[in-house]
Amino acid sequence: MGKAKMSKIARKEAIEGYLCIAPWLIGFTCFTLGPMLFSIYISMCDWDIINAPKFVGFANYQQALLHDFRFIQSLKVTITYAIFALPMGLAGSLLVALLLNQNVKGMTWFRTIFYIPAVLPGIAVAMVWRWIFNPENGILNVFLGSKIWPMIGFHNGLSIEKVALVNQPPAWLADPQWALPAFILMSLWGVGGGMIIYLAGLQGIPTQLYEAAEIDGANPVQKFIKITLPMISPTIFFNLVMGVIGSFQVFTSSFVMTQGGPAYATLFYLLYLYQKAFQYFQMGYAAAMAWILFIIILICTLLIFKSSSTWVYYEAEVKGRK
Amino acid sequence: MATVVREEKIRKKSTSKRIANFITYTLLISGSFLILIPFYWMVSSSLKEASQIFKSPPEWLPTQQVKMKIDGKEYGVFTMSQGEDVLKVAGVIPMDPASETTAVRVMEGETIGAKELTVTKTALTEVRKVSPVWDNYPEALKFMNFLGCLKNTCIITFVCMVGQILSASIVAFGFARMRFPGRDILFIVLLSTIMLPPQVTLIPIFKIFTSIGWYDTFYPLTVPAFFGGGVFFIFLLRQYYMTIPIEMDEAAKIDGAGTFGTFTKVILPQAKPALATVAIFSFMAHWNDFLGPLIYLSDPTKRTLALALWSFQGEHATDWHLLMAAATVVMLPLLTLFFCAQKYFIQGVVISGVKG
Repeated sequence: MGKAKMSKIARKEAIEGYLCIAPWLIGFTCFTLGPMLFSIYISMCDWDIINAPKFVGFANYQQALLHDFRFIQSLKVTITYAIFALPMGLAGSLLVALLLNQNVKGMTWFRTIFYIPAVLPGIAVAMVWRWIFNPENGILNVFLGSKIWPMIGFHNGLSIEKVALVNQPPAWLADPQWALPAFILMSLWGVGGGMIIYLAGLQGIPTQLYEAAEIDGANPVQKFIKITLPMISPTIFFNLVMGVIGSFQVFTSSFVMTQGGPAYATLFYLLYLYQKAFQYFQMGYAAAMAWILFIIILICTLLIFKSSSTWVYYEAEVKGRK
Repeated sequence: MATVVREEKIRKKSTSKRIANFITYTLLISGSFLILIPFYWMVSSSLKEASQIFKSPPEWLPTQQVKMKIDGKEYGVFTMSQGEDVLKVAGVIPMDPASETTAVRVMEGETIGAKELTVTKTALTEVRKVSPVWDNYPEALKFMNFLGCLKNTCIITFVCMVGQILSASIVAFGFARMRFPGRDILFIVLLSTIMLPPQVTLIPIFKIFTSIGWYDTFYPLTVPAFFGGGVFFIFLLRQYYMTIPIEMDEAAKIDGAGTFGTFTKVILPQAKPALATVAIFSFMAHWNDFLGPLIYLSDPTKRTLALALWSFQGEHATDWHLLMAAATVVMLPLLTLFFCAQKYFIQGVVISGVKG
C-alpha cells in the first residue's frame, strides 16, 4: 500500500521532470538529433537543395580528402592559423591575466579595457581591422613606417629583412604571404577573452600556498612554476580545448576581410564550407565537410583529454588518493 | 644588529616591490594602449572628411579646412609663399576644376582684405584646424537604414533572450531537482551536444526552415531559442541550481508549494546572478550573430545591424569614414551594456569556468 503510494508520487515527479525538460527534448529531437541523422545521409548525396538528393556513397568524402586542392588548402590555412594563434593567444592571455591579478590601483579599469574586444560584434571588429591593415592608409603601416624606429636606434639593431619591412611595410590582406599573419595578429588583440577565464582560475588559488612557499624561501619564478602553473592547469586545459574548437570556427573575419583571398591564403575551413553550401549549393559536399570537421575536433579533443592526465592537476583527485 | 638586518630586508622588499609595480604598470599601460588604438583609429576615421581619409601618410586627428562665409560665398583659407614671406589668403570654394589658376584675396588678420591675386592652385596649401565631421554619422546611418535594422536586431535579440532564459531555467530545474528515469543519461547527451559543431546540423535545419516557408522571416533565428537553444546556458544554470541548498525546496514544499511554486518562489530568486549572466551572454550572442541572419534573411528591410554593416561595406567599400562611423554605432550598444553590467560578465565566467 505504502509502496504504491510512493511510486505514485515518484510517477508524478517523473512526469513533472519530463515536462520541465520537454523544451530541450523537443529541441534536441528537432534541431539536433534529426538534423544530425539527415546530415549523415545528405553527406552521402549529391544535393543542390532544390532537386531530390542523389545517393553517391562516400564520393563527397573522397572528393574532399583526395581531389579538392581547395579543401586541403582550407585545412592548411586553419591548421597553420591554429598552430600560431593558439599558443600565442594562450601565453598572451595568461601573461595579461598574471599582470591583472595583482593588487594595484586601477586594476578594474585595466581589466575592463583588456576584455572589451571580446564582447564586440565580430563583423564590426573585422571591418575596423580591414581598415587598420590597409596598405597605404592603414594605421599599422603608418606605425611600421614611422620615424620612431630609427629614432630609438632600431635601424642598427634590426636585421636586413626587418629593416626592409620597416622601409616597405607589407600589404597585409592584399599579400598572400602576409594575409594569414594579419589574421593571427588580429586574434592576439582578443586575448581578453581567454584572460578573463585565467583570471577566474588565478583567483581560485588559495593564498596559503604562496605564503607557505615564501616561508620556505621560494622566489617568484619558483612560485610561478611550482604553484601557479599546476593550480591553473585545468584552466589552461579548458582554454586549449576551447581554442582548438575556436580556430575551426573562424568565419566572420575571413568572410568580411578577405573572402578567402588572396590566392586562397585565408580560405578558412568554415568559410569554404559556407561557400560550398550557400554559394555553390553543393549541400552534400558541405555536409561531408561538416562531418570531417566534427571528426577532426573530436580527435583533437580526445588527444588533449588523453594527454591531460600528465599535465593537468586536479586538486580533488589528489585529495581522493590520500 | 638583528633589527638592522630586518630593516634592511624590509627596505629591500619595498624597493623590489616598487620596481615590480613599476614594471606591472608599464606593461599594463602599453598593453591597454595597444588594445585601445584600433578604437581610436576607428573613431578618428569616422570623423574625418572623405578627402582626409586617403591622405598619405594618414593623420591622427580629424581636421577640416578653415572656412568663412561672406556675402553668401564660401571661402577657404590657404597659405602660399611669396618670396620669403608666407601669405594667408582666402579663395572661393569649391574652385573651378577646369582652370589651373584661381583668384584669391589676401587676408588681413582674421578678415578677408580687398587685395586680390591670381595664383596657380598648386601654390596653395590649405589651412586646416582640428574639427570633427559629425555629419558622417547621420549619413552612414541613413545609408544603412539604421533605425529599421536596429528595430529588427532588438526584436530578434529580445525574443531570443526571453526564449533562452525561459527554456534554460526550467530545463535546468528539471535536471537539477527532479528525479525521473534516464535523467543522468539525458544530461550526458545534453553535455555532448555542447561539443557538436553547429555546422553539422546547419544544412538540415536550413532545409527544414525553408521548406516550411520560414525563409526570410525571423522565426529560424528565434524559435530554436525556446527549445533549449542555449545548451550551454542549461548547463550553467543547472550547475548553479545545484549549489542552492535542497532544504530550501523542502521548506517550500512543507509550506504547500508545488513543483512550479518551488521553481518560481525558491529557485529563481536564488539564481538571479546566474540568470543575469545568461541574459547578458544571450544578448551578446544574438546581437553579434552574423551567420544566422546572413543565411536566413534576404529582404533589406529585415536586415539586422550586423548584416546591414556587411552590405554597407559591399556598397561603400572605400568610404572608410562612413564605414567606421557605422561600425562605431553598431559597437556602441554593446560597449554601453558592457560598462553597465561588467560585474555580471566577469561573474559569468567564474560560474561557468570554475564550476564547469
